[in-house]
Amino acid sequence: MTDVVIQRVMRHEGRLVMMAAVAMLVGVAFMTIGLRGNLAFVIELRAARLAAMVLVGVAVAVSTVVFQTVCANRIITPSIMGLDALYVFCQTALVFALSGFGFAGIDPRLHFLGNFTVMTSLALALFLPMLRRRFDLTLMLLTGVVLGVLFRSLTTLLARLLDPNDFAVLQGAVFASFNTVEPDLLLLAGVITVAGVAIAWRARHILDVLSLGTDTAIGLGVAWRGTAAGLLVLVAALVSASTALVGPMAFLGLLVVSLAERIVGTNRHAILLPAAALTAIIVLVGGQTVLQHALGGEGSLGIVVEFVGGIVFLAILFAGGRR
Amino acid sequence: MIEIAGVSLALGGSRILDNVSLTVPKGGVTALVGPNGAGKSSLLSLIARLRPLQSGRITVDGLPVDTTPSRQLAKIMAILRQDPGVASRLRVVELVGFGRFPHHRGRLTAKDHEIIAASLEQFDLSDLTPRFIDTLSGGQRQRALVAMTFCQGTDYILLDEPLNNLDMFHARNLMRTLRRIADEHGKTVLIVLHDINHAASYADRIVAMKDGAVVASGQTADVIRPDILESIFGFSMRVEHIDGRLTVLHHA
Ligand SMILES: Nc1ncnc2c1ncn2[C@@H]1O[C@H](COP(=O)(O)OP(=O)(O)OP(=O)(O)O)[C@@H](O)[C@H]1O
Ligand SMILES: [Mg+2]
Repeated sequence: MTDVVIQRVMRHEGRLVMMAAVAMLVGVAFMTIGLRGNLAFVIELRAARLAAMVLVGVAVAVSTVVFQTVCANRIITPSIMGLDALYVFCQTALVFALSGFGFAGIDPRLHFLGNFTVMTSLALALFLPMLRRRFDLTLMLLTGVVLGVLFRSLTTLLARLLDPNDFAVLQGAVFASFNTVEPDLLLLAGVITVAGVAIAWRARHILDVLSLGTDTAIGLGVAWRGTAAGLLVLVAALVSASTALVGPMAFLGLLVVSLAERIVGTNRHAILLPAAALTAIIVLVGGQTVLQHALGGEGSLGIVVEFVGGIVFLAILFAGGRR
Repeated sequence: MIEIAGVSLALGGSRILDNVSLTVPKGGVTALVGPNGAGKSSLLSLIARLRPLQSGRITVDGLPVDTTPSRQLAKIMAILRQDPGVASRLRVVELVGFGRFPHHRGRLTAKDHEIIAASLEQFDLSDLTPRFIDTLSGGQRQRALVAMTFCQGTDYILLDEPLNNLDMFHARNLMRTLRRIADEHGKTVLIVLHDINHAASYADRIVAMKDGAVVASGQTADVIRPDILESIFGFSMRVEHIDGRLTVLHHA
């Protein structure tokens, strides 16, 4: 019996080591391919972008895994809670109120913290009622979906009223992009992400138990409501930090978690969390490298990831339906 | 000792449990019987704090189940629900190992591995350890769940129809194991049973429920009587002593 366990653990860990190696390779490729011009400047710029991609990748991957486990659903993403939609709406409202010029002039730190606060507040308003009453996850998710639809329609309404220049500024702000990253923000987002990921890692065994189902988890001594609420707040903080840093990445989480699950073949969080994070780094950094050098464009990685992620999502749905 | 005092439960506007009071003494096997919808599973999930208590009071070993930390309760009480769907894709050995979680909270010790192995052996699962739960037969899966509950190593064990899907051999094996841990280790077993003869031959006490209330409770021989059984189940049946065992002839 123990032989089986040990063999399996070694296989999973072997896969993780391989993924880490690929992630390193991709990182080196991103930093070194096509270096020319002012080396110090280019390297600094690339390092900032790389750091942003690693942060966002890890935050999105970890938050998606945790969210899926708490919701007991492997084809769900935290963006169902309406946080992305709220972010886009806030940017639209800001551009509307301040014009594109005024929007561009906002202190980036203030902007980041403002976005972060608004998004986490919404999440808290959604989750905290569950600490008091018998908590209905479906109801909470449904509320999130409805709020998302509301924010999206308000956004459309406001966007219609913008003049073309302001609209272009808005587009730049709401499509995830790693082309311009403020070092200050990197630090802020970094602190939040590292703290969040550390908490998720400490909770890895509890996450395993949660995935057995609510009743079994309670029977095994998990204080379900408090734990689930705490984990959802964690998800909100991670999603908000990464969205405030680069913009919404709805499908990235779904894409990388399902890929990671297929690669390591286990739901154990000690394996799945790092595997999903590594997959996200590989996808983001690899994608950006290809975008930058092979396609030669300044295109937005966010759009590409959404596109590929959307297709993978459909593929999972169809594959799941056939099983 | 499990003490239930004045417990009522209303769900979706209908009364599921009506002022139930009951004491299950420490040590021994107590069988909970009664028709479908009597409220047996509801009562068990209240005792096991799977559902919030609406009114009344429940203590296990003196600990109130609604205020004692879940983790502390998990070390003294284990529950197997009637139909616990296993959401996660797990192997038998992993599932059974989760029973040890309240004790190690993540890192299994050598002792945990020993207990897991013994539990697998006990329920005839040794050949199935590397298999995924969703590839097992109904009875094999049920045995894995029972093994997981046993692994928890608690003084109080609540089992909701654990004989579901089990063949005669494994049903007998489970009942004998329960009898043994109650006799040798002083464990307290509260088990929901539909097979009245299993209750009659293995239980020390029987509690009968009907329409959300306890209608009979006492030593096995005092409850396994034709008049009481008829009032619970609604048809008459014969009760005989066969080789010294109480036997209910309910097939006629
Ligand atoms: N969530 C719910 N909402 C409304 N009614 C419920 C709910 N859960 C259970 N009930 C009702 O409560 C009653 C008791 O259910 P319970 O599961 O406790 O019965 P039981 O004695 O375990 O029956 P069985 O022998 O069939 O397992 C049933 O009439 C059932 O329909
Ligand atoms: Mg039942």
